Amino acid sequence: MSTPATDSTLSASSVPPTPLPSKPKKGFKYNPNKVAHVCDKLGLGYFSPIARLIGRDEPAKQLKAIALNTFLPILAFAVFLIAWNSIAAIVVTESQKIPSPAETWAAWESMVEFAEIEKQKEAEFLETIETRATGLEERALAKPERAEFYLEKAAEARSKEYLGNKTFFDQIYISVVTIAVGFLAASLIAIPIGILCGVSPLFNIAVNPLVQLFKPVSPLAWFPIVFVITTWGIESPEPTSIWQRALFSSAGVVTLCSLWPTLINTAVGVASVDKDHLNVAKVLKLNWMQRIWKIVLPASLPLIFTGLRVSIGVGWMVLIAADMMAQNQGLGKFVWDMYQNGRIESFAQITVAIFFIGGIGFLLDRIMLVMQRLVTFEEQPGV
Amino acid sequence: MATLAGSAHADLLDVEKDTLKFGFIKLTDCAPIVIAKEKGYFDDELLTVELEAQGNWKELLNRVINGDLDGAHMLAGQPIGATIGFGTQAEVVTAYSLDYNGNGITVSNQIWSEMKPNVTMGEDGKPVHPIPADSLKPIVDKALAGGNKLKMGMVFPVSTHNYEIRYWLAASGINPGFYFDPSTGQSDVAGFLNGDVELSVTPPPQMPQTLEAGTIVGYCVGEPWNQVAVSKKIGVPVTTNYDIWKNNPEKVFGVTKGWGEENPNTWIAVTKALIRAGYWLDESFENRDEAAKILSEPQYVGAPYEVIRNSMTGTFEFEPGVDIRDMPDFNVFFRYNASYPYYSDCVWFLTQMIRWGQIEEQKSDEWFAETAKKIYVPEVYMKAVEELIDDGHFTKEDFKLAYAAVEDGGYKPATTDFIDGLEYDGAKPNDYIKRFEIGLK
Repeated sequence: MSTPATDSTLSASSVPPTPLPSKPKKGFKYNPNKVAHVCDKLGLGYFSPIARLIGRDEPAKQLKAIALNTFLPILAFAVFLIAWNSIAAIVVTESQKIPSPAETWAAWESMVEFAEIEKQKEAEFLETIETRATGLEERALAKPERAEFYLEKAAEARSKEYLGNKTFFDQIYISVVTIAVGFLAASLIAIPIGILCGVSPLFNIAVNPLVQLFKPVSPLAWFPIVFVITTWGIESPEPTSIWQRALFSSAGVVTLCSLWPTLINTAVGVASVDKDHLNVAKVLKLNWMQRIWKIVLPASLPLIFTGLRVSIGVGWMVLIAADMMAQNQGLGKFVWDMYQNGRIESFAQITVAIFFIGGIGFLLDRIMLVMQRLVTFEEQPGV
Repeated sequence: MATLAGSAHADLLDVEKDTLKFGFIKLTDCAPIVIAKEKGYFDDELLTVELEAQGNWKELLNRVINGDLDGAHMLAGQPIGATIGFGTQAEVVTAYSLDYNGNGITVSNQIWSEMKPNVTMGEDGKPVHPIPADSLKPIVDKALAGGNKLKMGMVFPVSTHNYEIRYWLAASGINPGFYFDPSTGQSDVAGFLNGDVELSVTPPPQMPQTLEAGTIVGYCVGEPWNQVAVSKKIGVPVTTNYDIWKNNPEKVFGVTKGWGEENPNTWIAVTKALIRAGYWLDESFENRDEAAKILSEPQYVGAPYEVIRNSMTGTFEFEPGVDIRDMPDFNVFFRYNASYPYYSDCVWFLTQMIRWGQIEEQKSDEWFAETAKKIYVPEVYMKAVEELIDDGHFTKEDFKLAYAAVEDGGYKPATTDFIDGLEYDGAKPNDYIKRFEIGLK
């Protein structure tokens, strides 16, 4: 991300662009404040007291901050584990129970083991394929009249890919790909429409009721419509391909649920661009496109990114439900399948999935937060 | 992993599509599809098959119709319902019947304690099977008098389970409700019209939890979900569909008509692998035990092995710890020609669709026969049988019942093996429909 509007004509603007703090290079004097500032900016606030400590900046204060930052979350997590463990012991019905932390850990180990077994199976499969191809070649020798057919089949066999069971890690990957597709599509739809809403009050009046109408709709309700569209618009690919129709159905639901925050924030951001900026644009006789590109967009970036950050959060949240319905081989399907298995062990595996879903959601949010901070001016507090 | 089993002089089919994806629902009767994969029978046909569990029957059918899945484990009623246009309209066909029997009706502990005094007991102090719904009728009537209809679960409107539980209730004079009322011209997609009870759809794996939560007081479902209720002590199975209709068709392997036309050799090759799997499953209880282990893996059925093993290896537990019966025919995959697609089985489902008003007009006997021929494709099955005999896997003797079925025009002889003793002759469906006391004529 670049800093907004570096056009020299804008130096009179009320918001002077600040250069980004750069990482210390060799030969430079270590500046603890600068490094701590970068840490804060990158959402790694935990490390800023450490950076200051290295720079001998009020060591006692820094040590206290480090201790508190480390100790308090650990304490909270310990309390959480103890509470979880006791709840799991209490909440037991005839057919179900809440899995305990120990059961959850065991489930995690079994999931890793399952993935390893899958790897072995793949190796075995490749061996089998080799044996099969050799067998077919032997047949070709035994049956000269069909030799061509058997040789062709042997070549086909050798080109086969393993089509095994999806492991948990495959499913995480598919979920991340799905959210990427859905979120990208949502951004490509929401940002242009948002800009139009912000620039043109008339367009905004026209579109606003539709936005308000569709914004609160749940992923469950969108799914059948998306399903029809993907069935109509997308050819069914080979089973070995990652680009299954189900992935697009799931991504489509994510798109429809997550584009609204970006759209609304973009519209607000564009509408609230400083009048002085626009007057400058008039003086410079910039045409419409230039005005959007040089003035409006850079000035509204912070709010656009605020919208994007909310959008990706919403998208990730609905993705799990979308996967369940679309039968997309992601984390949602993993949760659903385990729920269907209905064993204590499978409920424990769902609990493992909860931690991963939360962790990935947190990472996505952090990435967006960093981007948002990079395009936000110092004077405006991060939203 | 098996490699090219069989003799080296047999010819392989030239399959049009060798990488396939099949759907299934987490029930033990998906076994032939899982075994065909795990035992390498698909590999022997040069097919690479991925099996994918589906969330529910509706999604499974939709995904077969739109081509996401090449074929699937289906309720016998699904290809029939789809072809005649009840629900989703699409031409779905089958050449392979996956199994006979395999379902049970389970009621909550509370209902069982109220039913038990009305149940006929044998000298050993155990209930005399089959248990008809007579013992349930007073409870239904009591609820009705209190302005309340008992709620029970089944898995799908065109599922065997729906027709079975309706048959069982109606045989004892309990009206399970209609989808259509000719006197008013009213249709009801839920099938509650004029019913003494309310039967609603619940996905199989959620049956035990829904029962425990008290949302329903009983359900009809396939295994392992009856034995799960027993093992968790939240319900008591009262009857199985073997008792309601001995050796009744349950699931089929369905594909769309278009898929079958585009991939004729592939369809035969898949059928070959399934026949071998069905045969293997019925060869011995050791094999069944092994199958139960395989099915308990999380990517397949995922229920505990001990629970799946029960019914798969021929025992079925009714009242927990008290009433355990040997039921060697609880699941049948190959014996009694179970994998052959009989027209008369298709016709039976059509009679029940008319009986409960899912089909809203009267049909001629010829219509039944024509419709069955559209949906059931024994020709493909027989081609697969001949290929298997050529490959040296089987002898003609192994399939004498299938050849006999072809001789009989694909119809089973008339039978009275029903809980109410009514005679069913697939060649005369309208006579059969007229025999029901509760049902549209």
